[in-house]
Amino acid sequence: MTDAADMTPAAPVAAPSAPLRDRLAAGLKRRHARENRFRWYGRLAIIAALAFLALLMGRIVSQGYTAFYIHTAAVAVHLDPAKVDRGYPAGSNFEQMAAEQMLARWGETDDAAGTKAKALRSLFSSELKFRAAEMVTRQPGLIGETVPVTAPLSDDADLYLKGKISRDVPSDQRRLSDQQLNWLDRMQADGLVASRFNSALFLNGDSTEPELAGVLGAVVGSALMLLVTALIAIPLGVGAAIYLEEFSPRNRISELIEVNINNLAAVPSIVYGLLGLALFINWMHLPRASPLVGGLVLALMALPTLIIATRSSLKAVPPSIREAALAMGASRTQAVFGHVLPLAMPGVMTGAIISMAHALGETAPLLLIGMISFVPGVPAAIDQPAGALPSLIYIWENASERAFHERTAAAIMVLLAFMILMNAAAIILRRRFERRW
Amino acid sequence: MTWLVFLILLLAGALAYGGGLALARRRGRDVRSHSRPGQHAAFAAIWAVIPALVVLTIGQITLPGIATGLIEAGETPAVAELEPFRRAAFYSDARRVGAGDQAQQIWPAPLAQELTATGQRIAWIGNGLNLALGALVAAVALIGALVAFTRIRPDFRARSRVEAWVAIGLFACSAIAVLTTIGIIASLVYDSWRFFQSVPITEFLFGTKWSPQIAIRADQVGSSGAFGAVPLFAGTLLIMLIAMIVAGPIGLFSAIYLSEYAGPKTRATVKPLLEILAGVPTVVYGFFAALTVGPALRVFFNTIGGWLIGGPLDGVGQYLALVQNQMALTAGAVMGIMLIPFVSSLSDDIINAVPQSLRDGSFAMGATKSETISRVLMPAALPGVAGAFLLAVSRAIGETMIVTMAAGLAANLTFNPLDTVTTVTVQIVTLLTGDQEFNSPKTLAAFGLGLTLFLVTLALNIIAQRIVSAYREQYD
Repeated sequence: MTDAADMTPAAPVAAPSAPLRDRLAAGLKRRHARENRFRWYGRLAIIAALAFLALLMGRIVSQGYTAFYIHTAAVAVHLDPAKVDRGYPAGSNFEQMAAEQMLARWGETDDAAGTKAKALRSLFSSELKFRAAEMVTRQPGLIGETVPVTAPLSDDADLYLKGKISRDVPSDQRRLSDQQLNWLDRMQADGLVASRFNSALFLNGDSTEPELAGVLGAVVGSALMLLVTALIAIPLGVGAAIYLEEFSPRNRISELIEVNINNLAAVPSIVYGLLGLALFINWMHLPRASPLVGGLVLALMALPTLIIATRSSLKAVPPSIREAALAMGASRTQAVFGHVLPLAMPGVMTGAIISMAHALGETAPLLLIGMISFVPGVPAAIDQPAGALPSLIYIWENASERAFHERTAAAIMVLLAFMILMNAAAIILRRRFERRW
Repeated sequence: MTWLVFLILLLAGALAYGGGLALARRRGRDVRSHSRPGQHAAFAAIWAVIPALVVLTIGQITLPGIATGLIEAGETPAVAELEPFRRAAFYSDARRVGAGDQAQQIWPAPLAQELTATGQRIAWIGNGLNLALGALVAAVALIGALVAFTRIRPDFRARSRVEAWVAIGLFACSAIAVLTTIGIIASLVYDSWRFFQSVPITEFLFGTKWSPQIAIRADQVGSSGAFGAVPLFAGTLLIMLIAMIVAGPIGLFSAIYLSEYAGPKTRATVKPLLEILAGVPTVVYGFFAALTVGPALRVFFNTIGGWLIGGPLDGVGQYLALVQNQMALTAGAVMGIMLIPFVSSLSDDIINAVPQSLRDGSFAMGATKSETISRVLMPAALPGVAGAFLLAVSRAIGETMIVTMAAGLAANLTFNPLDTVTTVTVQIVTLLTGDQEFNSPKTLAAFGLGLTLFLVTLALNIIAQRIVSAYREQYD
């Protein structure tokens, strides 16, 4: 370019003729329009993906937030000495008592079969009975008195008060009759009904009655399972990654292992479920549906991703660290365990947490090892049948009671909250401790 | 549990005693120890624990077999004459009785007494064998520890020994990966083989009727149901195609936009958001499909059907008005949403791997950005993108929860996206979650399906990985 001045001026480029120029201009316009359109395809694709995300999250929140509160009724129960079984209070029918007395107070007459009382009784949760029985057991002196008992309303009554069962629906298509709706309105007008935080959702195990069902059993089951998974998968995965990255000779065997790990990472999760069923349950006779088996299956599933993540963080430690350690007389093992691994630890832990979070949400293998049946209460040991959060979501989604639908969405929120917590922990760990070389 | 406690105690004891020994034997002598006390301790611990662990594992694996052998050796003719299924049920009940539980069924008179006797015998044999194993393990641990303790001396090269063991341990860890594969193949092949003994493999692969029912009449042996898996393959394929129609363009275009158009800020916000979509558990997508997308699509098609009824397209209208929640479209569309981030992040990597010089060359020739992308980048990235799509296809085929919750169970051989179809994974879950005897063809069929699924996804993955790595090498 420096000698451009010395060059003879180039012959001027022939200006395009007018029609050609018009054609070029028109073509340019078309091409720019196409450019614009193309850019919009990309934008639309991203907008669509984000819209799906927003819809997914929005639907879960809008379906599930109502499960976090529940309507309770404060019912005055006259503990009729003739009807309370002193020896075994839990056997007395407190719901019936409360319903009959409430009808009497309202001045409604019941037929001989007690149809109305039965219908009114079904608006209360069976929790009413347990709470009344507990009061009587603790203070037998209460018998003969009238005591207020506060207990949740039944799932259908709760749905009506939440506005999810509408009066406009013909009464044969809803689960509550007009009469029952009138009673609920009356209870509300009398100030007996209060809406409060649904603590049962967090403090109870699974139950067949939606108003008493909670996620605690599943949360504990999932926690036990993840504990097993972490105890097995993290040491094995880190060990395998260290071997492949730091020790293995470049030969056929290590190549085979590498190919194997890459393929295992892409095996569908349900195949791991089949493996777990055949290997752990049918062959080793480990207890079905137990967190032990679930944890073992999830550990096998998490291993490949864990190995891959650990290897990449070991790879990120510069070779100069290894060489310095070796030069100071450390053995290979000492260099790896004393220097390389500690430096890679933040990355290893990040990978471990993320793969645990992933394992937490895995469902299909759990169904195959039997975590599909109803397990009441909170599991206490890793070798007893237990539920898990994802399988609870599946079970509740399949339940016929409508009240379980909102609880399913609430359980999903709990699951997502745990996953977000774990991922946030991983991100913080990475931000705080990761070193760039 | 007791074993675990025992092993931990053993480990701690050997560590403490070995370390102490190493210190004691050095004390008072003017020698430099080759290895540190900790390494001597580790050496002792290895010798105490590993042989014991090996014996324990072998024992645990072989004991059930030995026990069964011993139990069956003393079998009475009354039991031996039972049919295999009844005999297995008898033994599992006897095991329950022996453990102090209730039997699951009521057995006729001669067998009922036999049951109690057998139960006691089983309990007795089990306890005896367990005690024997315990004694053996303890003896091995003791011998191992003593051997190690005698060798601890300042000039003993404990470190090299321990490090050799560490290397072996690490190798064992990575061998687990291979063992998992072998385990998968072995369990799938073994049970599939048993399945194919009652159902010919050709019928399974090419039969067009799927109704895995068990024989109801007692004189029938094996299955009377039909195990032709073609409708399942067709259903899987249909849902996969719908998913790819959703995920392919959206994923690819968002990858193109993110890598070629978007500024760093947009990238930094959009990419993590897309990653959230990838992190959502599939059971959540299933819930979304079953309770949101399915009903919405049904209402949509039913409304259109309502408009068409009575018009020139009356037949179509009648059909649309009766469309159900559980159509292939629901499951496919939601699965497509799930796959978007997968396709987009893989394609993003692929597009980024195309060398900048190709872009620069195209721009220098006066091409616009979109022309560069569609005529230069895409042809260059095509193999890689194809690989990414194949990986997504393999994901779609193996996906279980969305289809289990949102697709149906009816095995229709159809390619109508508004019909109910079922997939391989749905059938695996359905076949294995009922109350079934494990040995019936119905449950074994699940393993046949699982083997097919495993082989197909494995093949897809291998092909996809080959394509992607060949593509990467091209530009390295």
